[in-house]
Amino acid sequence: MGDFLVFEGISKSFGELKVLDNVSLSIEKGTIFSILGPSGCGKTTLLRICAGFEYPDRGRVILDGKDITSDRPNRRRVNTVFQNYSLFPHMTVRENISFGLQMAGFDRSRISGEVDRYLELIQMSDQADKKATKLSGGQMQRVAIARALINKPQVLLLDEPLAALDLKLRQRMLVELDWIHDEVGITFLYVTHDQGEAMSISDHIAVMNKGRIEQQGTPVQVYEAPTNSFVAAFIGDTNFFETEITSIEDSYCRMNIKDFADGVIVYNDKNFPQGSRVYLSIRPEKFVISHAEPESHRKRNMVRGVVEEIIYMGTHTVFWVRVGDYRIQVRQSHDRFLLDEKIIEHGNTVCISWHADNCYILDRYDERDESLLTLPDDDVTVAPENIISAGK
Amino acid sequence: MKRPNSKIPELALSLPTMGWLVVLFIIPTIVILLIAFRTGDPYGGIGDQWTVENFSELANPVYRGIMVRTVVLSVLTTAICLVLGVPAGYCLARAEKKKRDFLLLLIIVPFWINFLIRIFAWKVVLHPEGIVKNFLLLIGIVNDQTLLLYRPGTVLLVMVYSYIPFAVLPIYAAAEKFDFSLLDAAHDLGANWYRAFYRVFLPGIRQGILTAILVVFIPALGSYVIPDIVGGPGGEMIGNKIAQKTFIDRHLPHASVLSSLLVLAVMIPMTASLFMKRRKTVGRGIIPG
Repeated sequence: MGDFLVFEGISKSFGELKVLDNVSLSIEKGTIFSILGPSGCGKTTLLRICAGFEYPDRGRVILDGKDITSDRPNRRRVNTVFQNYSLFPHMTVRENISFGLQMAGFDRSRISGEVDRYLELIQMSDQADKKATKLSGGQMQRVAIARALINKPQVLLLDEPLAALDLKLRQRMLVELDWIHDEVGITFLYVTHDQGEAMSISDHIAVMNKGRIEQQGTPVQVYEAPTNSFVAAFIGDTNFFETEITSIEDSYCRMNIKDFADGVIVYNDKNFPQGSRVYLSIRPEKFVISHAEPESHRKRNMVRGVVEEIIYMGTHTVFWVRVGDYRIQVRQSHDRFLLDEKIIEHGNTVCISWHADNCYILDRYDERDESLLTLPDDDVTVAPENIISAGK
Repeated sequence: MKRPNSKIPELALSLPTMGWLVVLFIIPTIVILLIAFRTGDPYGGIGDQWTVENFSELANPVYRGIMVRTVVLSVLTTAICLVLGVPAGYCLARAEKKKRDFLLLLIIVPFWINFLIRIFAWKVVLHPEGIVKNFLLLIGIVNDQTLLLYRPGTVLLVMVYSYIPFAVLPIYAAAEKFDFSLLDAAHDLGANWYRAFYRVFLPGIRQGILTAILVVFIPALGSYVIPDIVGGPGGEMIGNKIAQKTFIDRHLPHASVLSSLLVLAVMIPMTASLFMKRRKTVGRGIIPG
């Protein structure tokens, strides 16, 4: 990985609260790098440290080989798109966009030419003389981006830039952002709590939680091979299983999961030794659900369960299948839903199966992360025996 | 969206205020303007003849100096109040809630003491035997003969002291609503502290500054008690002359002439600012220019 923008062991506390704990990242030139995490995980503080609005207690920020840790914000070749855009309300669109160039002391004609170019880039040439406060959310967003980009920053920082927009506009702006990135080719550091945004726009994602980087990698790596329960549960949805490795077979291992009749075979990429107590994460869409028992295969795991809940989502259906103590989320996309699929109904006994390569053993597991998972409404699905035991 | 009857409640709600202003402000002002055109009578009352002769009173060269001093002192008072009030408003708006409440209390506390007593207190402070004078003597800035009281500078000092809360409060109110992340944005775009303040903060609290100017400048022009107590003959302002005409010369028409002059001095800049604001909000094209 390149090292255009480097965070080196950044720590920051506000009073007693430790917001960033020894965070190190390095970001390649020209990429879109996302920092993804729940609110309060420290991602915005990291961005503000990069912009120069905060100074770290420890650690360094290095941009293009230069230590910028203690430089003032106006001395850094970094510009920010703020979450609420922070457009200057008393200025027009044109004045807002030209602000940075005016501060840099360019002459009038040059500024006006550049501003025209960027107005065109964001397709707002006809709105140039409108007051910033008279714009719609999407327009403000574009002006904020143009206002930052016109200074030709080495890195563009985006602080939840789409959070204030509605869903459809968000999706459109995301495409537009990606397009602008291709157009200008500078490095984007994108902070968001929305995993969908991060997955779709980024070349690289760092997942943060409680002031630490939990995992970083490409969107595919982070989604397909989460290393711990937080990442697995925060990005997408998953099922966790507690198990113990009973035997090792080459790069695979066998394990027993309670209430699963047969042993389960799993790809052991992290080389856990025999006897380890581990947690397994299986994404809902990796399961295949069927009435009939699927063809058995050496690396295919299968378990029987009873369908407790069915949620039809259009593009796919979510089934909640009870296997002993586990309620397993299974997601099936539709192939020929109404034609010849034998429809699975509530209360059916079904087979769910998955391939040994399609699940991950986690390095680290924290029970609290289970709260990030989607669970069906408990009132509906709690089995009668559970209600009795809860009542005792 | 259609808002039915939105005009009627608006009118009904503003009616009491309008009534109050008409009865207690506009009518008395018109009465004063009218008295300016009446003759006086020997008993200090108002005569029954119309005349324009009273305005020849303005030809008296003594007024020119006093009028100039009044305007200069008022402008300086306003300027100093702004220069001190803007940073104060900024700091208040940025202070933590607890600290801010305390500081606001400190600004308001002097109002619990009668205005007149506070002015007299300055007389004690600046007295030739007073603590300030003695201190300045001690460090050798002044000599025994220097008078701290009864000079235009003293009037300016006490006016700034009296009017500064009226400047700080509207500026603070505007600064409190100001979005300080805009200053971050300005820094981010390459502005240093001074330029961010000048280009972003000041326009952001523009309304508060305009209000501060009005509420300081207008009463300052009409100051009477302050120059009367700490000003002496060298620190007289037009308000003192009006009082003198009313209470000593007992010539109300002359007093009215001077008052009209003052009203005019206030009205001209106010109408101008109103006109400018109207042009901004209505937009180009409706009012030519």
